[in-house]
Amino acid sequence: MGDHHHGPAKGLSRWLFTTNHKDIGTMYLWFSFAMFILGGTFAMIIRAELFQPGMQLVEPGFFNQMTTLHGLVMVFGAIMPSFVGLANWLIPMMIGAPDMALPRMNNWSFWILPPGFLMLASTLFMEGGAPAFGWTFYAPLSTTYAAPSVTFFIFAIHVLGISSIMGSINIIATIMNMRAPGMTYMKMPLFVWTWFITAFLLVAVMPVLAGAVTMMLMDIHFGTSFFSAAGGGDPVLFQHIFWFFGHPEVYIIILPAFGVVSQVIPAFSRKPLFGYASMVYATAAIAILSFVVWAHHMYTVGMPVAGELFFMYATMLIAVPTGVKVFNWVSTMWRGSLSFETPMLFSIGFLVLFTIGGFTGLMLSIAPADFQYHDTYFVVAHFHYVMVAGAVFSMTSAVYFWLPKWTGRMYNETMGKVHFWISFVGFNVTFFPQHFVGLAGMPRRVPDYALQFADFNMMSSIGAFVYGASQIMFLYNVIATIVSGEKVSDEQVWDGAEGLEWTLPTPAPYHTFEVPPKIEATPAHG
Amino acid sequence: MAATEHAPAGYEKYHVPDSSSLAVRATVGLILTVFGAGLLLNDMTFGETHESGNAKWVLAAGLVFFILTLASWFRTTIRENMQGMNSAQLNHSYVLGMFWFIFSEVMFFLAFFGTLFYVRQLAGPWLAGEGDGGRMNGLLWPGFEFSWPPTITPQEAVGGSDVQPIANNGAFLTQDRSMSFADAHHWYQWLPMWNTIILLSSSFTVHIAHTALLKDQRSKFNLWLGITVALGIIFVGLQAAEYYEAYALFGLTLNSGIYGSTFFMLTGFHGFHVFMGMTMLLIQLIRSVRGHHFTASDHFGFEASSWYWHFVDVVWVFLFLFVYIL
Repeated sequence: MGDHHHGPAKGLSRWLFTTNHKDIGTMYLWFSFAMFILGGTFAMIIRAELFQPGMQLVEPGFFNQMTTLHGLVMVFGAIMPSFVGLANWLIPMMIGAPDMALPRMNNWSFWILPPGFLMLASTLFMEGGAPAFGWTFYAPLSTTYAAPSVTFFIFAIHVLGISSIMGSINIIATIMNMRAPGMTYMKMPLFVWTWFITAFLLVAVMPVLAGAVTMMLMDIHFGTSFFSAAGGGDPVLFQHIFWFFGHPEVYIIILPAFGVVSQVIPAFSRKPLFGYASMVYATAAIAILSFVVWAHHMYTVGMPVAGELFFMYATMLIAVPTGVKVFNWVSTMWRGSLSFETPMLFSIGFLVLFTIGGFTGLMLSIAPADFQYHDTYFVVAHFHYVMVAGAVFSMTSAVYFWLPKWTGRMYNETMGKVHFWISFVGFNVTFFPQHFVGLAGMPRRVPDYALQFADFNMMSSIGAFVYGASQIMFLYNVIATIVSGEKVSDEQVWDGAEGLEWTLPTPAPYHTFEVPPKIEATPAHG
Repeated sequence: MAATEHAPAGYEKYHVPDSSSLAVRATVGLILTVFGAGLLLNDMTFGETHESGNAKWVLAAGLVFFILTLASWFRTTIRENMQGMNSAQLNHSYVLGMFWFIFSEVMFFLAFFGTLFYVRQLAGPWLAGEGDGGRMNGLLWPGFEFSWPPTITPQEAVGGSDVQPIANNGAFLTQDRSMSFADAHHWYQWLPMWNTIILLSSSFTVHIAHTALLKDQRSKFNLWLGITVALGIIFVGLQAAEYYEAYALFGLTLNSGIYGSTFFMLTGFHGFHVFMGMTMLLIQLIRSVRGHHFTASDHFGFEASSWYWHFVDVVWVFLFLFVYIL
């Protein structure tokens, strides 16, 4: 057999043909950032149109395409692949494995994503335009009344579903089979735990989404009646199936973010994570509950009262394990020796803003109150507090935290802190006013609005431009670090960081842990 | 590899494959396939609005390329295993991969079974006026009464598809027929029963083949695996006959409202999975007969295929129960 200590291949073939988890992780991260910029551009178009009441820049039909593609690209193209990239880079290094369990399939999981999204984006240029039915693609808007490009949208969903299923099977196999001797389940870093549970959620619900879009395909092209009441089906059935996927999906997005924060906060508090075991159980509890709460997205659709009550109480239950997590993060910082480097700032930003998003979620869970909030900007504000200030802030925190380990170079700390504060302020200026216009009755997904919402919308748009622009600074900082950042050779990088990845040389060599390390018997978590 | 490096006991060196073009080739095949299928379907439904008359060639090229790549991929993994590159730990990764793949397939079918239950227990009765929204029945679908199998669609109850253009064109006209047992005039003419017997037997025959392989009885293994594949082919053949009957004699089609939708979706995807499982087992048979692959202790290709076969068998049991009998 060949020499396995070789470095990466040269040129493009390195990236096309790679089986290396670090290469694949890097490709996922860059791809997701490109999608973040693309989805962000769509958001800027939306906010520019909403800067003032009346129709200024775009046609209403195009506006609908923008809201649809913004949601789809951000959820499936930016956030999910970014955490898969993180999983690729970190899970083998954190559990002492030489690579992912199935490296060639790992490469395939990545490479079907870019052409899949190319197909989705190309619908913008097709006759009838891109999908314009919102990222939730409710029937019959997405079947009877959809543009022909919906067919390619359906196949794009299939393709990225295949990618997610293969990626999560790989993560499950890696964690179950590749842990170094002594790395018992309850010694795994919390990031590994949260991804482990996320992967089970993905394997369980992505096939259901595939079933949903397949039924759409049949209704559109083969005359079936799944979502048509005239033939004995039910459009509401689509919503049930979609949200049976969709609610676990939001935890698929946020659980790895919980994992990141659970690594970063202890490092900069110089204390072990408070309540490790309860964190694991809380994550599992959130995942299990996520399967029995889906219809809280559909309170106003006309469900029986018993259904409303069941889904309301089940949803409220989720606040308990989530509260446990927030309590544990705060307790980790309690009497810690805190320092506020950029990763810590983003994690604390996550903690504060995610908690606000959690509370508005609790408000939305109350079925009778939801009749006022439903489909207003209050909902938009709520889920951007958990998606952007939750998932994206945590992802940003992760990049700053592990970038020195990946590249062997330190980012510019001052610029990182400036990035945080601009992001933090820009984000809140964008989304906090949306709570108010939502409560006052401004509907979402509409290109024009009543005059009384003008001031708050203008504020929102300005905040969005600021937040969007701050991402350029992030991109610059990352590239400058890779090209000419100050070299770091300390294995530990951060003096409070714990875990196997910090025992490796900096930058992490191309191949790591080809021979599994022996995990000492001392408990890794306090 | 440095000679001094030794993995701890029970942790042999894990074989991380060298860089490989398989993934990129499979990507090209998959994307061409779905892009061609999309073009073809849009031509079919919306007419040729763009220059894509060659959609079927894109689809065909994609499929051929994809299948060839998969074959090459499996051949690579088989060769690696036969060259002894797979440690016990690596083989366990394949076991986990197959197990969770089958689990994802279970969830795929769950979406369609969930649809069936929802329509039968909730949506159907609501359309006929049950529950809180009952008054709407008189406004939207006066005269519609729900039964399973349905004898009429809501659209037909209010008179043809011209009235409401969004409706599907209910062509389900044979009111006393369905695919369930009640309408089979003689029990021996009822194909689903024969298919149940065939598929359940095939699970036993594949198990006998496995037992023979564990005892290193090559010819017995080949014989019973061959019988399993033959039963699979008969099943698919009978399913095709049933579809012909449904379309030509009963007038039950994909356009026949929700009964036809759920019937063809569930049995169709199941039939496709039987075809896939049958193909997988056939390849294992060819490997055994021609290449003398597999030993009593090393036969994961066969084992994974047989798990898949048991999985389609279990799905059929649920299908038989909920689509045909109840």
